[in-house]
Formats: sequence, structure tokens, C-alpha cells
Amino acid sequence: MLEVKQIDNGIVIDHIKSGNGLKIFNKLELFKANSPVVLLINVESKQLGKKDIIKIENTFDIDLNLLGLIDENISINFIKDGKVIDKKKVLMPEKVSGLITCKNPRCITNSDDYVKPTFDLISREKLEYRCNFCDEITRYKI
Amino acid sequence: MMIERNIKHLISLTDYSNEEILELVKLGEKIYNSPRDYADTCKGQIMATLFFEPSTRTKFSFESAMLRLGGNILGFSDANTSSVKKGESVADTIRCISYYADIAVMRHPKEGTPKLASIYSEMPIINAGDGGHLHPTQTLTDLLTIHRYKGGLENHVVGLCGDLKYGRTVHSLIKTLARFNTKKFVLISPEELTLPSSLKRYLKDSYDVEIEEVRYIEDVVDQLDILYMTRIQKERFFNEEDYLKLRNSYILNKEKIKEGKGDMIIMHPLPRVNEISYEVDSDERAVYFEQAKMGVYVRMALIMKLLEVE
Ligand SMILES: [Zn+2]
Repeated sequence: MLEVKQIDNGIVIDHIKSGNGLKIFNKLELFKANSPVVLLINVESKQLGKKDIIKIENTFDIDLNLLGLIDENISINFIKDGKVIDKKKVLMPEKVSGLITCKNPRCITNSDDYVKPTFDLISREKLEYRCNFCDEITRYKI
Repeated sequence: MMIERNIKHLISLTDYSNEEILELVKLGEKIYNSPRDYADTCKGQIMATLFFEPSTRTKFSFESAMLRLGGNILGFSDANTSSVKKGESVADTIRCISYYADIAVMRHPKEGTPKLASIYSEMPIINAGDGGHLHPTQTLTDLLTIHRYKGGLENHVVGLCGDLKYGRTVHSLIKTLARFNTKKFVLISPEELTLPSSLKRYLKDSYDVEIEEVRYIEDVVDQLDILYMTRIQKERFFNEEDYLKLRNSYILNKEKIKEGKGDMIIMHPLPRVNEISYEVDSDERAVYFEQAKMGVYVRMALIMKLLEVE
């Protein structure tokens, strides 16, 4: 089995559905990170069969809302001096600002870039968000 | 710099309570009954009419309302001939116009624009239509007409006829009337243009209101308190043949309303093309021209409320 060393300080994003690891890596723009980042794909998991994991060293700052949008099963471990000091489950955010674009081509948020489009969660099961400007329903896709 | 002030706008009627809506309707009726009492209420105030897409009737209705309140108006009626340059954010436009006017009316082809404007505006914004999305003052106009001619908004059997699928006016009226204990909605339309099922479900779930769907006016006209007509556009049909076949069923004439109640009212948001025959105009139940008149009074009420001059 491939061995990847534990990180001493930083964040481990665990239980990512297999296949989403690279997408999250790109969405979070981790290729721009200053510190070392490890992306593991197809790791064996009791829970998911296969999963992806991302480890980011020397940072504790992460957009939980974005991760919640992508996959509610993701868990995040905050690690300090080699120990897990905090665990967080992500949650689909009730309100989203800027992470989604409105699917309605006639919506002002698609032609006026002054505001970030904002949305309210209306269905957790279907990942549906309603645009606060035009009321159109948009489904989040990673 | 953003100044935190609580400015009231009218972007959507869903932002207004039933009490607030009723207050506007009642004030509109008061103004209608004694317009002279209100002739100077907005003296010295300026209303900007920002029509990024032309709509002569709506613009005139608003301007007439402000002038009848003793106020002044400025504005444009087409973004292409105005100095509003493409590429400028509405946020910037509205901030500047806040310095020239005390209240602004906005019509825009892009949905959600008045909402965006309201976030950055230092004056009240009235949505006068944003694409196919909302047109709340049309609904207020309809409500005042119903209130005036039926003595209230509650407990009516409301028939809606024509294009119930795409009609923004109809959707907004149905959603708002449902908040006022409508006894029953009778939906009269061709199969191709029925009310969206999501809206029907919403009405059932939220208000448990009775809904009947039929194809022909004659079948249900005798039970209606209100008959609201809308236009059926040719473009909504796949082929000319279907359109021609159906067209006559949805053109209102004297024959079709023969069995209607004596105190039923016939409404239409205007302009009409051919969906109501001219012969109906002389029927005393036809109130669609009065309806256009009511539009001015309810807009007067709205301007007064938003400017807090009552
Ligand atoms: Zn939108």
C-alpha cells in the first residue's frame, strides 16, 4: 500500500467521494497554495468503498460552505502538533454567496458583475438553491 | 460609502404583509373617491422613471400618478436613446440618480434588476416590471379593481382565462389573491397553456384553495364572481392550425357571458388584441378600462406610502 506521512499541522479533508478529490482540489485552487498539499485518490474506505483525501499543511483556513455544497459527507480534521484538535462536518449552507452562478440567462447577476449572486437553500436532497434576484432555481453541480 | 437607512421599496409583493397590501388598496380607493384631497401631497418631490425598455402605458400611469400628487417627474423611456451606457452597473446608475430624485420607478428587461438597484439606492425603488419575472403594480391595480367593484378581496370565485402557463400577470395575481382567502380558482385554458403544476401544488399546499380546471368559458361562467381574461399569443403554439382551431374558444363575446352573474366583473390587464370582442365593452360587467384607471390611483397610494407623506 502507498504510504503518505501524517501531517503535523494543517487540515485533512476526509471522506471525499471518490472522483471528487481532484474537483475540490481545483475548486479550492490548491494548486496556488504556498504550503505542501497532498491529494490522495481511490483510498480504501469502510464507509464509502473508495474515497479521496486532501491534506493541506500549515493552514487552518478553509471555505466550509464550498465543501458543504460539494458533498455533505466530507469531514474535516484540524491537526496541530500531530494531533487532531478539532473535527468538523460540513453542512450544505442555508445561504450561498458567489459560489454558484444563476442558471437563468435573463438574470441580472449574469450581466451585471457589481453583485455576487446570492441564493437560499430550498432542497437539501436535490441540492436546489433559489436565486435572490430572479427566483429561478439552480442546482449546484461541482 | 454605504449609508445604513431603512428605505422601503416595492420589488415583490411577497415582501409585503397582507395588512400592508390592504392598506395600499384602501388608500388607493380613498384617493379615487376624493382626488383633490391629495393633489399637493408630493409637492416638491421628484420621481425618476427609469425605463430601460419601453412600456408607454406603465410609464404614463406612474407619471400621471406623481403629477396628480403635485410632484415632478424626470426620466427616460429607452436605454438605447438615453445616456445610460451599456457596461455601467445599475448600482452606479441608481446611486447617481438618488441625487436627482426622491423616488424611482424602474423597468428593466433583465430579471432581478430592481432588486439589485434597491440594495444600493438611497431612495425608494418601485419595480415596474423586470423581464418575465415580476410586475407588482399590475397586481396592485387588479386588487384595487376587485376591491372597488366587489367590495373586498376575500371569498370570491375567480376565473382566469387564456394563457395561464406563461402569463406573469396571472401568476402574480393568483399568488396574491390566494393570500386573501379566495373561495375558488377556476382555470380556463387550452391544454397547452395550463397553469404550471408547481404553482398549483403551491396553492394547494399553502392555502388549501379549491381549483377547477376547464377548457371552455361557457361551462363555468355562471359560477364566477370575477372573470380575468388574458391574451393567447400565437407564438405559444407549435403550429398555426392548432392556434386557429383554439383561438375562437378564448375570444370573449356576448354569447359566452350570457349565463354569467349580473354582478360578475370582467377584467383584462390591457392592451387587448382580439381576446375580448368590442361588443363586450358596452356590457356593464366589463371593467377593464376602469381597471387601467385604477392603476393610477393605486400607484398614487404606493408613491405616498414609500415617500411617507401620508
Ligand atoms: Zn437569478
